[in-house]
Amino acid sequence: MHDLLIAPFAEFAFMRRALAGSIALAIAGPPLGVFLILRRMALTGDAMAHAILPGAALGYLAAGLSLGPMTLGGLAAGLIVAVGSGVVARTTVLREDASLAAFYLISLALGVTIVSLRGSNIDLLHVLFGSVLALDDATLILLAMIASLTLAALAALYRPLVLETVDASFLASVSKSGGPVQIIFLALVVLNLVGGFHALGTLLAVGMMMLPAASARLITEDMTAMIGLAAAQGILAGYAGLIVSFHAGLPSGPLIILMAGLLYLLALVFGPAGGLLRRLKPGRHLEA
Amino acid sequence: MAGARYVITSILVSLAMTGAGPVRAQTPAKLPVVATFSILADFARNVGSDRINVAALVGPDGDTHVYQPKPADAKELGAARLIVVNGLGLEGWIDRLIKASGTKASVIVATKGINPQQMREEGRIGPDPHAWQSIANAKIYVANIRDGLIAADPAGEAAYRANAENYLGKLDTLEAEVKREITKIPPGRRQIITTHDAFGYFGTAYGFRFIAPEGVSTETEASARDVAKIIRQIKARKIPAVFLENVTDPRLVRSIAAESGAAVGGTLFSDALSPPDGPASTYIDMMRNNIRELAAALAN
Repeated sequence: MHDLLIAPFAEFAFMRRALAGSIALAIAGPPLGVFLILRRMALTGDAMAHAILPGAALGYLAAGLSLGPMTLGGLAAGLIVAVGSGVVARTTVLREDASLAAFYLISLALGVTIVSLRGSNIDLLHVLFGSVLALDDATLILLAMIASLTLAALAALYRPLVLETVDASFLASVSKSGGPVQIIFLALVVLNLVGGFHALGTLLAVGMMMLPAASARLITEDMTAMIGLAAAQGILAGYAGLIVSFHAGLPSGPLIILMAGLLYLLALVFGPAGGLLRRLKPGRHLEA
Repeated sequence: MAGARYVITSILVSLAMTGAGPVRAQTPAKLPVVATFSILADFARNVGSDRINVAALVGPDGDTHVYQPKPADAKELGAARLIVVNGLGLEGWIDRLIKASGTKASVIVATKGINPQQMREEGRIGPDPHAWQSIANAKIYVANIRDGLIAADPAGEAAYRANAENYLGKLDTLEAEVKREITKIPPGRRQIITTHDAFGYFGTAYGFRFIAPEGVSTETEASARDVAKIIRQIKARKIPAVFLENVTDPRLVRSIAAESGAAVGGTLFSDALSPPDGPASTYIDMMRNNIRELAAALAN
C-alpha cells in the first residue's frame, strides 16, 4: 500500500512538485468553475483558454520558453478578450456568448499564426500541453501566488458574486458592483488558466477548472459545500492522476484530467443532487 | 531579417531564370536544389558551392520529425531540379509532399549505402535516421550528394568533384579532432543523459553512451514513470551530466538534473543547425560545438 500510494512521492522530488502544483491549481480553479457553471458560462473557460494563446505566443517569441513573458502575455490577451467581448455585448446587438466566440476565435487564429512565425513548431505542443513533471521553483511560486490571490479575491467578493450569480437584477437594484464584480471574476478565470497552462497546458487547464465543478454540482446544492467539494475533487484528481501516470507509464497531464473526468462520471450516475439515479425522486431547490 | 534577404534572393533568382535568362546565356542560372533540413542543405552547399542554390524545408532549430509542410514548400519542390532527403524514416511527410508538388526533380537519398543502426521507438525496433552524427557517415552523405549533383548537372562535374574532395578533407580533419578530444575524457565518464535519442551513431563511432528520457521521436510526452526511471538510472550509474538539445522541452531536463545531482551541460545540436549567428551554423561547427560541450562537462 505504502509502495503504491506514497513511495513515489517520498522518493522523487519531481512527484512532490507535481503534486504541489496540482493542489495549487485545484484549490483555486474548481471554485471558479462552480461560479462559471452556475452562471451558465461553462464554455467560457474553454473560450478563454484559447484566447490566451496569442499572448503566450508573443511572450514566447520575445523570450523563448520562459515564465514571466508568457504569463504576462497570456494574461494580457485573456483580459483583452474578456473585456472586449463584455463591451461588445453591452453596446451592440450581439449577446455575450456570440461576442466571446468571435473574440476567442480571432485570438486563437492569431495565436497559431504567431507560434508558426518562429518556424520551430515543437514548442507549440509545450504551450498547448504543458508539463506538470517539469515544474521549477518559479512556476510553483507563481501557481501558489495565483491560488492565494484567487482565494482572497473570492472571499472578498463572495457576497456580491453569489448575488450576481443567482439574481443579477436584484444586485443591480441594490448596488452598482455587478459590472466590476463580473470583470474581476473573469480576470480571476484568466489568471488561473494562465497558471494552469504552465502545468497542464492551455487545453487541459480548463478541464481542471470545470470537471470538478460540474461533478460537485451533481453532489450538492449548497453553494459553500459545492465549492469545497469541487476543490477536494480537483486535489484528488491531481493525486490520482500522478499515481496512475507513475505506475502505468502514461503522460501525467491528460491522466489528471481523466481522473477528474472519472469522478464526474461517478457523480453523474450517483450524485445525490441531480445525478441519474436521484433524478427519479424530486430534489430540493438551490440554496444560496 | 534573414527572411527578407531570402525573399529578395528568390526574387533575383526567379528574375535570372525568366526574363534575364537568354541575355546572360554564358552564366546559366544556378541549379535549384531543395534539402529537407538544414544539415543536408549545408552538405549540398559545400559540394555545389556557387553553381547551385540550396533551400532547406525545415530551417535552423526546426524539428524535422514533426514538421508540418507549408504550401510554399510544395512550390519550392516544384521549382527544384534536385531534392536531397535523409531517408531512414526521418521525413515521414516528404513522399506525399513530393507527389503533391508534381516536381520533375530527381531525389537523392543521402543515407544510401549507409548501414543503419537499429533503435527502439515506441516499443518497435526500426532504423535510426540520425546517421549524420557519425562523421564517417557524413562522408557517405557528401559522396551521394556529389553524385546526385553530377547526374543533375553534368557540366559542373569537375567543380563538384573538386569541392567534394576539399570538403571530405575537412571532414577527415574534423574526425581526427573529435577523436583527440574524446581521449581527454576518462572512459568511465563517457556517458550522458540527453532529451532526444539522436546520438546513437555518434555513440557507436566514438565510444559514448547517450541515454534519453524520451524515445527517438520528440512527439511523445514523458510519463511520470519514465522520468522516475531516468532519475534512478542517473543515480545508479553515476552519470555525470545532463544535456539539453535545441529541439525539446528544456524544463524537463533541468528538473531531472536538479533532482539527480547531475550537472546540466550546454546545448548539443542533433537534428538541426543553429541560425547563422549561433554556435552551430554549419555541420562542422555543429560537431565541434558538441564535442567541446561534452569535453567541458565531462573532462574531470
